[in-house]
Amino acid sequence: MSKPPILRTEQVCKRFGGVNAVDGIDFSVAEGELRCIIGPNGAGKSTFFKMLSGQLQPTAGRILFREVDITREERHRIARRGVAIKTQVPNVFDGLSAFENLRIAAARRLDSRGAAELARDILARVEMTAHADRAVGELAHGQRQWIEIGMLLAVDPALVLLDEPTAGMTKEEVARAAAMIRALANQRAVIVVEHDMKFVRMVDANVTVFHQGRILVEGPTDTVLRDTRVRDVYLGKAAH
Amino acid sequence: MSRGRDAATLMAVGLIGLAVAFSLPHLVEVFVLVELTAYIVFAMLALSLALVWGYAGILCFGQSIFFGIGGYAYTLGVMNIGESTLPVALGIALPMLFAAVLGYFLFYGRVSDIYLGVITLCVSLIAYNLINSLSGTEYKIGSVPIGGHNGIPGVPVVNMPGDSSRTFGFEEVFTLSLILLVAVYIGLRALLASQFGKVVVAIRENELRAELLGYDARAYKLVVFVIGAAIAGLAGVLFVNWGSFIGPTVFSIFFSAQIIIWIMVGGLGTLAGAIAGAVFIQWLSTWLGTNKIIDPNIVLGVIFIVLVLLVPKGLQPMLVERFKRRRRSETRSDTRSETNSRLGVP
Repeated sequence: MSKPPILRTEQVCKRFGGVNAVDGIDFSVAEGELRCIIGPNGAGKSTFFKMLSGQLQPTAGRILFREVDITREERHRIARRGVAIKTQVPNVFDGLSAFENLRIAAARRLDSRGAAELARDILARVEMTAHADRAVGELAHGQRQWIEIGMLLAVDPALVLLDEPTAGMTKEEVARAAAMIRALANQRAVIVVEHDMKFVRMVDANVTVFHQGRILVEGPTDTVLRDTRVRDVYLGKAAH
Repeated sequence: MSRGRDAATLMAVGLIGLAVAFSLPHLVEVFVLVELTAYIVFAMLALSLALVWGYAGILCFGQSIFFGIGGYAYTLGVMNIGESTLPVALGIALPMLFAAVLGYFLFYGRVSDIYLGVITLCVSLIAYNLINSLSGTEYKIGSVPIGGHNGIPGVPVVNMPGDSSRTFGFEEVFTLSLILLVAVYIGLRALLASQFGKVVVAIRENELRAELLGYDARAYKLVVFVIGAAIAGLAGVLFVNWGSFIGPTVFSIFFSAQIIIWIMVGGLGTLAGAIAGAVFIQWLSTWLGTNKIIDPNIVLGVIFIVLVLLVPKGLQPMLVERFKRRRRSETRSDTRSETNSRLGVP
C-alpha cells in the first residue's frame, strides 16, 4: 500500500462500565481504498464506527483523519472534514420527502439550485425518483437505506462509513448496492461493516475481522474467509 | 411553483393586515379594539412558541419568561427614562440576551428534551418567586419600585419615537400591535421557507442525521431559541402597552401552560394555527368569565382533553386535511397526470 492513510487509529479503546467493547484497535485505511469489516455480533464494529464519526468518544487512543487528530472533535466537524456515515439503524428525516432529504444533505455545500439539481440526480441514481415526493417515514426499510446512501453521495465525502448497508434489501438490491459501493470506492475511501458474506464476496476487497473488540485478522477476502480462526469465530468455536 | 404562490399569499396577508390595522379603529368602538389588542398580544406570544416548539422541536415550558422579561424591561425602562424608544428595544434585547445565555447551557450542554422542559419551567418559577418577593420599597431599579406581587401599575404607553409628548392612544396601540403581528408572521414564514428554516426542521426530524451531515444542531437551535425570545419579548412589551400594567403572574405556571395549550389546540407545527388557538382559547375564557355560567378553567380543561383525544394534530392541520381530501377526490385524475409529467412519465 503506497497511498497515504486517510484514516488511522492508534490503540483505540471504548469501555462501557466493565465491558471493553473496543479493546485497542490499530487500524488504517488508505485514500481511495475499499475495506470490509466483519465479525460476529458484539465484536465492536458499530462502536468503532461510532467513534470514527464522533458519536462516541474513545476511552483511550487516538483517531487521525489525514494525519489530523479528530479523537475529540464534534460530530458535525468530523462530517465537514469529509467523513460520512450510514448508521446501522437508518437515520433519515422521516417527516420530510425523499427529495427534501437529499436536498438538505446537498445544501450543506451547494447553493439552492445546485442542491436541488444534485438531489434529483441522486434520486435517479438510487432509483427512487418515483418516490421523490413521499415522506421517507412511509418507505420500506430497504428504500430508506437507499435514501440514506443517497444522502452520503450528496455530501461528497472523502471517507464513507457504511454500517450494514444491505439490511432489509432484496437480493437484486444487494447486488446493486455492491456494484454501487465498488463504484463509490473509485473516488473515495469506503469502509463497510457487513454480516452478509455473499455481499462481502461480491465486494471482494480487503477484509478486517473484528473479534471481542480486537482485530483478529486482516487481508484479502479469499485469504481471510479461508482462515480457520475466522471460521471458528463465526461458528462459535473460539475459546472464551 | 408553490414558492410564487406562497409569496402572493403572504403579500395578501400583509395588505389585508395593513388595511384592517388602519381602518378598524374608524369602524368599531374603542372597547372592541382593546379586546382585539389583547388577542393580538397573545397571538404574538403563541407565534414565538410555535416557532420554538412546533418547528425546532424545543419544548420550552417557560416561554413566558421572555414575555415577562420583555414586559418588565419595557416598564422599568420607560418609567425611568420617560421616553419609550429605548425601552421597547430593551424589551426585545434583554429577553434575547437571557435566551442566549440560558440556551447556550441547554443546547451546548446537550440537555435532553425532557430536562429542557423541566429546566425552563423551573427558571420561570424562579423568576415568579423572585419578582413576587421584591415588594418592599427598597427594591427599585433606578427610581422605580419593582412592586413585588403587587406588580407595577400606571405604565406609560409608547410614544412616537423621539417625542415623549405624543403618546399612543388605544387605537394606535391596536394598529401598531396588528402591524407587528403581521410583520412577525410574514417574517417567520420567510424564515421557515429559507435554507436556515429547512435545516431547523430537519434537525427536529433527526438531530443526529443533521449533525452527521455537517450541520451544527446546537447553533441552529440556539438561534431559533433567541429569535423566539425576541418575539415573546415584543409580545410582553405590547402586553404592557395594552393594560398599562405588569405583574409577576406573567411568570406563573398557569401562564406558561396556557401558551402550550394554545398551540396544541391550533396545531403543532403551524403558525396560523397557533394564532387561531390563542385567539379562540382567550375569546372562550373571556366569554365564559363574563357570562359566569361555569368556571372557565373547567370548560378549558374539558376542551383540552377532548381535543387531545379526538384532534391530536390540532385544529388547523385537521381543517387543511379535510380541505385537501375533498379537493383530491374532485380532481384525482388531474393530479395524477400532473405528477406523472413532473416525473417525466408520459
